Amino acid sequence: MTGVLEAIDISKNYGGVRALKDVTFTAHQGKVNVLVGENGAGKSTLMKILSGSEQPTSGEIRLDGEPVVLGSPRAAQALGIGIIHQELSLFPNLSIAENMFAGRELRRGGLFVDTAEQRRRAVEVLARLGQGHLSLDTAVGDFPIGQQQLVEIGRALLEDVRVLIMDEPTSALSNHEVDVLFGVMADLRAQDVTVIYISHKLDEFRRIGDWVTVFRDGSLVAHESMDKTDTGWIVRQMVGRDPDSLYVRNSSPVGDLLLEVRELTAPGFHDVSLSVRAGEVVGIYGLMGAGRTELMECLMGMRKAEAGSVAVRGKPETRGTVQARMAAGLALVPEDRQRDGLVQTMSVRDNILLATVARFTRAGLLSGGAEQRTADAKVRELAIKSPGLAAAVTSLSGGNQQKVVLARALLTEPVVLLLDEPTRGIDVGAKSQIAALMADLAAQGFGVLFISSELAEVMAMADRVLVMARGRITAEFTAQNVTEEALVTASASESVLEGQQ
Amino acid sequence: MTDTHVAAPAKTAAPPPDAPRNQALAKAALLLLRGRTLVVLVLLIVIFSAISGEYLTQSNLILMTKHVAINAILAIGVTFVILTGGIDLSVGSIAGLASMVSGGLLFKGLNFPGGTVFFSVAVVILIGIVVGALVGAVNGVLITRFKVAPFIATLGMLYVARGLAQLHSNGGTYPDLAGTDARGNTGFHFIGVDSLLGIPVAVWIMVLVAVAAIVVTTKTPFGRRIFAVGGNERAAVLSGIRVNRVKIAVYVISGACAALAGLLLTSELGAAYPDTATTYELNAIAAAVLGGTALAGGRGTIIGTVMGAFVIGFLSDGLVLVGVSTFWQSVVKGAVIVFAVITEQAQQRLQSGLTKRTA
Repeated sequence: MTGVLEAIDISKNYGGVRALKDVTFTAHQGKVNVLVGENGAGKSTLMKILSGSEQPTSGEIRLDGEPVVLGSPRAAQALGIGIIHQELSLFPNLSIAENMFAGRELRRGGLFVDTAEQRRRAVEVLARLGQGHLSLDTAVGDFPIGQQQLVEIGRALLEDVRVLIMDEPTSALSNHEVDVLFGVMADLRAQDVTVIYISHKLDEFRRIGDWVTVFRDGSLVAHESMDKTDTGWIVRQMVGRDPDSLYVRNSSPVGDLLLEVRELTAPGFHDVSLSVRAGEVVGIYGLMGAGRTELMECLMGMRKAEAGSVAVRGKPETRGTVQARMAAGLALVPEDRQRDGLVQTMSVRDNILLATVARFTRAGLLSGGAEQRTADAKVRELAIKSPGLAAAVTSLSGGNQQKVVLARALLTEPVVLLLDEPTRGIDVGAKSQIAALMADLAAQGFGVLFISSELAEVMAMADRVLVMARGRITAEFTAQNVTEEALVTASASESVLEGQQ
Repeated sequence: MTDTHVAAPAKTAAPPPDAPRNQALAKAALLLLRGRTLVVLVLLIVIFSAISGEYLTQSNLILMTKHVAINAILAIGVTFVILTGGIDLSVGSIAGLASMVSGGLLFKGLNFPGGTVFFSVAVVILIGIVVGALVGAVNGVLITRFKVAPFIATLGMLYVARGLAQLHSNGGTYPDLAGTDARGNTGFHFIGVDSLLGIPVAVWIMVLVAVAAIVVTTKTPFGRRIFAVGGNERAAVLSGIRVNRVKIAVYVISGACAALAGLLLTSELGAAYPDTATTYELNAIAAAVLGGTALAGGRGTIIGTVMGAFVIGFLSDGLVLVGVSTFWQSVVKGAVIVFAVITEQAQQRLQSGLTKRTA
């Protein structure tokens, strides 16, 4: 068997961070090559390099044994390498045909767009995807996400591709749409097209994959024929050994019930019930789009609940505004620091004090001394490394920016801390510091509820793990009975945990 | 996108051997850029006084400052709005409406079926300002509750308020605002014509408004929240800030400042006419931008805005004094505003470059 697309000793550095370390990868011709690994393992980076949108720091790419230079996505396309990105790259204001031919419009007389031919070919491709019924005149943005995803796939299929890279294309698709897509993939395979398929859903890719390649921390750790593997083997390769060394486990005794959520429903999740006790660290594991962030935002009053109740320290909180939830004792550290956490135009000090600034007044005027002392104390307590309290918050590293947002949340004197992916996008050292802080907070009697997409992290840190899939809680484990396999299975599950309706 | 391309080589490049000297130069340049409005103002005074002997006389300086006062008060109000990331195009019209409401109360009083009531000047001024604040509140509610973009909401109000001003008198002018002793409403000229300690009352009022605005923006929780809303609205929401209240408040402040400016103008003229302060909103926005207020929100100072108003005022009056045609005045004013924004961006780039090097 010959490999059609090979990556030889590819490394990629971003600044000082090595995203890929000497990766040698072979995509087998006419097969479905599955890539798995946790967020940040380097899969997407390698795919960006193979599709020409990033250049490797070192190493070589070979197509049919010949070294090639993929200087741009266009160059890769010319060689027959197409990619479907995880994030949709459609123009929401344009129609399906306009999207499919954006930048490579069919011409008539060299000047005018051949709309009729574009529409004919768009319908053809849509029919192949079982979507022949879609209106060609509707703006793409008005379709549900799953159908948008199929339009994106259709765009790649318009070209004669020899290699098709798919970066988590099923994350937004319904079961039926996934079946259609797998049918198309089987067709492509039969036409000797090489498919590279990134996925987190073990139950799904085992159905279609021929080869599986596992990435961890920027390295390729395993490459195996799918029929020689099982789910347990794949998960072990993904997680590696001894994640506990990185994280600190909370060991404080569990106390009073602090947060009780009953049958909470809002756009993005349904009938979620959960509880958090004092001294307890509860993790929510799940895939992207499972409804976890929406749940956190609803708990914090940033989204209106349609049904259900939230009680803090036994008292129902019915107003559901951010101010009311904050007063009740909740504080949220959001997933996207830049978008929801930091005020980039403000200093470290002003960011830390933002939620509690009204406390530092004398006769209505801010008292600089009290502000300075409080901010300084928090900077010391959380070991925030900063050039100074007056420095721009944007001059801090990701981990320290995260601590600034955490400091602000802690100053509101919460009883339950809500942390949405608290360690995303920060380096390993900062991760373990944040983990230590969380355990420390639990020991002080806080309740901690956090979201994580990393198996190792959620298993090492949480006393209890809830798993969310498709807007529902599908499983609950304790630190004693949780296994990687069970978490992964539950995160792709359709069944709802009993007692959760 | 282009930003990251520009920044990438700077990060990896080793510092050149003469880095300390370069850095000292860069720091000096930064200082100059930060104080650029003041530098431009000093330059203007030097240049115009070299051309005309009359420019740098006490009487001319006082006269010019009085011209500045009205635009500065409008611009201070608008700065509050721009700091939250909004814009207020209706301030000129609000000034006109307040002028007509107050002028009408002084000239013909308030008519009831049973007779006519006249209010004292202080009450009339207060009513004018309240009218401005209410119109601002309508702007704020349109923007927060009905989610109308600030540009559109205040553009609509620009027409509505001007139309109301014209309706108030059917397009006519209230020619005599002196009042009579019998009616107990004399003395309106005090705020726009009279002087205290040799300085026009209008200038004193500008100073009071500026000091109050500086205290509010830099020394109160409300001020901090204004900057937070403009810097990152989502983060502000998550920090428990009632963003809608903050936004409504800044439009109320802007409306009240506009009304006050309109009253000063009316008092100075001694008559109220519906076209008072037409297009003044543009001068006000220009002053704020010249003073370094970022239209994206979150960045800016009141003192910068006041300086910006001084630059615009001293430039206009200087051009008049040395005999430049009004057409050229327009060209020069426009060029200065665009140039100001270019230097603002240069400052931002230099500043972030410096922090990266020292970090």
